[in-house]
Amino acid sequence: MGAYLARRLIQAIPVLIGISLLTFFLIYYLPADPARMYAGPSARAETVERIRHELGLDQPFWVQYFRYITHLLQGDLGFSYRKQVAVTELILSRLPYTLALIGAGILVELLIGLTVGVASAVGRGRWMDRLGMFIALLGVSTPPFWLGLLLLYWFGYLIPIFPLGGAASPAHLVLPALAAGLGGAAWYARMMRSSMLDVLANDYVRTARGKGAHERLVILRHVLPNALNPIITMAGMDIPWFIGGVVLVERVFNWPGVGRMAVEAIETVDVPLILGTVIFTAVMVVISGILIDIVQSIVDPRIRHFTGSETAH
Amino acid sequence: MAVASSELQEHKPTQPAVQELGKRAAVTVAVGDSHLAMMWRRLRRDHAAMLGAVLIGLIVLAAIFAPVLSPHDPTKQYRDGLTKGGQPLPSTLVIDGSLRFPLGTDPNGRDLLSRILYGARVSLIVGVLANALAIAIGTFIGSVAGFFGNPLETLLMRFTDIMMAFPTLLLAMTLVAILKPSMWIIILVIGLVYWTWIARVIYGQVVALRERDFVVASRAIGSPRSYTLTRHILPQLVPTIIVWGTLGIATNVMLEASLSYLGIGVQPPTPSWGGIIQQGQSFYRTAPWLVIFPGLAIMVTIFAFNLLGDGLRDALDPSQKGRL
Repeated sequence: MGAYLARRLIQAIPVLIGISLLTFFLIYYLPADPARMYAGPSARAETVERIRHELGLDQPFWVQYFRYITHLLQGDLGFSYRKQVAVTELILSRLPYTLALIGAGILVELLIGLTVGVASAVGRGRWMDRLGMFIALLGVSTPPFWLGLLLLYWFGYLIPIFPLGGAASPAHLVLPALAAGLGGAAWYARMMRSSMLDVLANDYVRTARGKGAHERLVILRHVLPNALNPIITMAGMDIPWFIGGVVLVERVFNWPGVGRMAVEAIETVDVPLILGTVIFTAVMVVISGILIDIVQSIVDPRIRHFTGSETAH
Repeated sequence: MAVASSELQEHKPTQPAVQELGKRAAVTVAVGDSHLAMMWRRLRRDHAAMLGAVLIGLIVLAAIFAPVLSPHDPTKQYRDGLTKGGQPLPSTLVIDGSLRFPLGTDPNGRDLLSRILYGARVSLIVGVLANALAIAIGTFIGSVAGFFGNPLETLLMRFTDIMMAFPTLLLAMTLVAILKPSMWIIILVIGLVYWTWIARVIYGQVVALRERDFVVASRAIGSPRSYTLTRHILPQLVPTIIVWGTLGIATNVMLEASLSYLGIGVQPPTPSWGGIIQQGQSFYRTAPWLVIFPGLAIMVTIFAFNLLGDGLRDALDPSQKGRL
């Protein structure tokens, strides 16, 4: 396990360096002038030049990158132009809200998605299965921001069960979590059904049935645990997409998370804040990828002995 | 190198004599064609996929004939398009049975139906062209990495890993904001962030293909590697590209709508579905049609491409039929 973990962490290093290079490349070749934005629109030319020198923006690419990465390693993502506050501080202040929404959204995804997927596979070909898969295909086709607005209209306004926006209480979390999670639930339902059908075709399932095991026991003990394996891998693919949905949903519900801050940063062209959020989320995606691999290696120990080289793609 | 008998049948590498190899290119193309023909025969029997194709046809027609079908100029603000209190009008069909504004108006007094019909143009153009770009990049990177091996293989696939770590929408938002939003920039950016999936799929296929007899034979008679790649491997990838070409459009329509919804899509007054929702969302309580109708248009379009794409995938690989 230790060796597997070490190998997985070492593999992540080039990816992390690549992420930092790519993000820095964007800052460096940005058409917008950071010194001008930092100084403000009314500043004189020599003030802008002085700021450019002070910020080290007149240095060559590699010097600036080296400084950027040494700061980055200390958790310093720079300074927001507009808010004049450290980007790391801004992100950390919004992070609990986003983590709450991500957690609740993933719960919706998995609870609804896996249940529907299992039910569909067990009753394959019946009308419940067909209806479930039709709704699932509609679900993956529904933009999360639109779903969010519809939920607001139905369950916030027409039938006022839930609050209309903000983040004052746990009840405020319900609609955003549904908006962020239902599309993913539809996706997981399709994947889970497909994975269950793959496992159901195996000989050991026939053996279990043949020895007279109760059907429910066959599904719960033999099929379900094996069908979950590929789903864990797919969770890794889902996360970068899921975060996009979270950004949109935070916007719809005025949820004070990192995503809404990123959208505001884009509206005010606050470059360090935009890139800070991008690099922060990318690193989170890499870390969650490693966590998912660890979970999978616990669930399915065969993976640990797999070399995990290029063929893993 | 053992090749399963089913694979032999599929690609018919029946004449191993070197003299016969000159005919190979022609054989590959012919087999590729019949593969596509087989795919088409299976697809025709798939009602769901055909429904998707019909819906796509209707949306394309709506986009092409938007000037004929639209009752009004989509950017014109009408004086009678707002209530006395300056609010958007609901459907005039419901109010007095007239066809003046069949789906109502937006907060600027513009006809919603006309805006939705014209909005189909933006969604389809961005969806199709961005996906064409993504497929071109993905196919190039995936096939070069898969065919030429190391060090290109590691370099390109690690680069793909890095790109995949960025949340797609967030990266697209950032790039569009930096490059200033316009339709061509959005096409470029979506193409630049979405190719990674296709690269992975193509890479996997090329790695499997590169050890096959017909590829090894082509190399053995001294064909240049680029010739083997373009004449023998690329034709085998066509069905996969067709499947991803369809499913990818669905995703890209969603990405375009999301960017427009965030206000960094195609700029006003050009109508786009996401943009109509963005401009109408503050009226969602009093004028829900401003959110409902354009959203339905987005959903139906994505749904149609997903239906057809699923059908194409089943037709390509019938062993998976009904699985997903």
